[in-house]
Amino acid sequence: MIVRRLIDGVDDRLDSTSFLRRSLHKVFPDHWSFMLGELTLYSFVLLLLTGTFLSMFYVASPETTTYTGPYAPMAGRTVSLAYDSVMRISLEVRAGLVMRQTHHWSALMFMAAMVAHLVRVFFTGAFRKPREMSWLIGVTMLVSGIGAGFTGYSLPDDLLSGTGLRIIYSAVLSIPLIGTWLAYLFFGGEFPAPELLPRLFVMHVLFIPALLVGLLSAHLALVWRQTHTQFPGPGTTEETVTGTPVWPKFALKAIGLAFVTFGVLTMLGGLVQINPIWLYGPFQPYNAPSPAQPDFYAGWLEGLLRLWPNWEFHLFGHTIGELFLPAVVVPGIIFTVLAIWPFLEARAKRDTATHHYAQRPREAPVRSAFGAGGIAFFVLLMLAGSNDVLAKFLQVEVDTLNTVLKVLLFVVPVIAGVLTWRICRDLRARDERPIKTPSRVVFRRNAAGGFDEEPDPSTTDHERTSP
Amino acid sequence: MKRAERLVAIAFVVAIVAALALFVVYIRGGNAQAEGALLFLALGGVGVGMTVWATRLMPRFRDETHPRRHDEPATQQEMDAAVDDMGSGVEEIRRRRFLSRLLAGAAGALGLAALIPIRSLGSAPGSSLFTTQWTEGARLVLDDGSPVTRDTLEVGSFTTVFPEGFVGSADSQAVLIRVEPGQLQLPPDRLADAPEGLVVYSKICTHAGCPLGLYLAETHELRCPCHQSTFDVLDGAEPVYGPAPRPLPQLPIEIDADGGLRATGDFTAPVGPSFWDGP
Repeated sequence: MIVRRLIDGVDDRLDSTSFLRRSLHKVFPDHWSFMLGELTLYSFVLLLLTGTFLSMFYVASPETTTYTGPYAPMAGRTVSLAYDSVMRISLEVRAGLVMRQTHHWSALMFMAAMVAHLVRVFFTGAFRKPREMSWLIGVTMLVSGIGAGFTGYSLPDDLLSGTGLRIIYSAVLSIPLIGTWLAYLFFGGEFPAPELLPRLFVMHVLFIPALLVGLLSAHLALVWRQTHTQFPGPGTTEETVTGTPVWPKFALKAIGLAFVTFGVLTMLGGLVQINPIWLYGPFQPYNAPSPAQPDFYAGWLEGLLRLWPNWEFHLFGHTIGELFLPAVVVPGIIFTVLAIWPFLEARAKRDTATHHYAQRPREAPVRSAFGAGGIAFFVLLMLAGSNDVLAKFLQVEVDTLNTVLKVLLFVVPVIAGVLTWRICRDLRARDERPIKTPSRVVFRRNAAGGFDEEPDPSTTDHERTSP
Repeated sequence: MKRAERLVAIAFVVAIVAALALFVVYIRGGNAQAEGALLFLALGGVGVGMTVWATRLMPRFRDETHPRRHDEPATQQEMDAAVDDMGSGVEEIRRRRFLSRLLAGAAGALGLAALIPIRSLGSAPGSSLFTTQWTEGARLVLDDGSPVTRDTLEVGSFTTVFPEGFVGSADSQAVLIRVEPGQLQLPPDRLADAPEGLVVYSKICTHAGCPLGLYLAETHELRCPCHQSTFDVLDGAEPVYGPAPRPLPQLPIEIDADGGLRATGDFTAPVGPSFWDGP
């Protein structure tokens, strides 16, 4: 049989059959929330597939041309070759629009699933020793993912993306001492320099994907080596792992999930319009769309910029620009704290033990409180990032809304944290001292005028013993 | 056939039919909506089929329990040996101090040399952030290149202007606003640069560099669509709301003999967001 010959042949050369057997029997614990990391992976696979297709047509050039394609409202307008090529992908290349929109939806799903996965790992304490390395790699992937998204949506050279670039350029410019040089080296000179699009393109299709593939491989290799965490259950221990064997059950299920993910994302790509650059028009440095919102994962950064007060510092004839704090320092602090959280927590708890059980959020009330507060903080910042749209919707002045949001930004995370802490504490207490179901008994009057007590026949054993 | 088996079969059949239909749609010219829906059925069918197969039709493969670690933890002896192995290697290199120092020197020199291509990545900033294309005598033109005259604008309206020959220039973009001449409250030396209530400011927000696209005529305010920084046009474009820290630089202009508008110099300050050497 061919499988036999294949395995024999490989073993002759690699002595790998015992490893192969062990791998086929590798088990993965099952819980719906463990699917979030997989979802991230499958979105990434689809990003690579659709992205490769798009790169066959995309032209990374700011050189201008006259639009002669089928979109009548744009006829005769001067556009960049980059914009022209994305218009061609969208409206002329067969299946191009599906590919492009699927690519964008996959990017959103990639980031959303990654954030959800991070939240799951955080609240279940799955980052604890020995899995801190996976956490660090994960946080690096999150930052890389934001970078991939940012470089990606700048490529069509439309009005919206150009505005985003301009803001990043300004943020780099605000860095003390080296900001000007840094901005000129990265952006190729004063904004907008002609070198910019080819650079973004190479970052987007080569550098960041290669980085992500490397990080992802390491992330998966660590899961493979260290085994997945699991929730305590019947027959489980810290030293063993219980779950579905890789071959064939888990593999079939995982590939099945990948296909379902692809199906949903291609459906969104075909049916739900996203980033309609023909409506935004080509980038012009002297125009900006209004309202303008970035993709969701950059929304909190945008919110920070909108709410931050106009503080600017001058020292020794130099300027620390307003953007430096909200666009560089604060995000830097946030990502640093996120990255070192496992070590902060271990130190605070003086916890040097190895953990293989995932926790329920209630088992670590303080951590859960920080988590809930953090989520509230980011959600409020995202709302602030679309304050113009929100103000219109609520029919209030943007100024009023900003003031309210600034106050809420300090109040709501604290309330969310305290509330979560209390809920977790109460839930934990209830787990420790469960309320006993009163056992039902039947009293029967006897001939002597007294009462006999006998168990209620309708009460099953199960009911009587359950908490 | 079992129910689960039937379900898997249906899912795969749906996938086959949808995938074939995809060919037809493609050959007939393509249609994004049809492609999306059919891809959903084709890929989703395969996915649902495989998932149901794995979860419902594989009773022989039950959950298994394995030990988490397969390799024995290293003994203290092995750990010590590993530390020794690392250390003796380092010691061997360090032993030849002269050579190892030269090696470190070579690495440092190479690092220095690596700065050369990095330097090529962009031009030197020099004074480029302090200057724009506006020069004395430059004519103000609209984005279609036509010259601006004293009568181009009604009172209460605004437009984007460029120096002649530099339409679309990112750092020279400016807004021309016409207000009632008596309304402007500029310092006396700058009032003359805004003749007949025609005042010109840089169009680049001093916060994050977005073009200021909104003019609120009633309150005479310029507002940035990105982060809502708001500038008072009458009061020298001082920021009155939002994150912008500095006023918009003003462009001094005059009216020439033909009624056209010309700049009498560059902006009063560097345009755009703040930087280390800037104001």
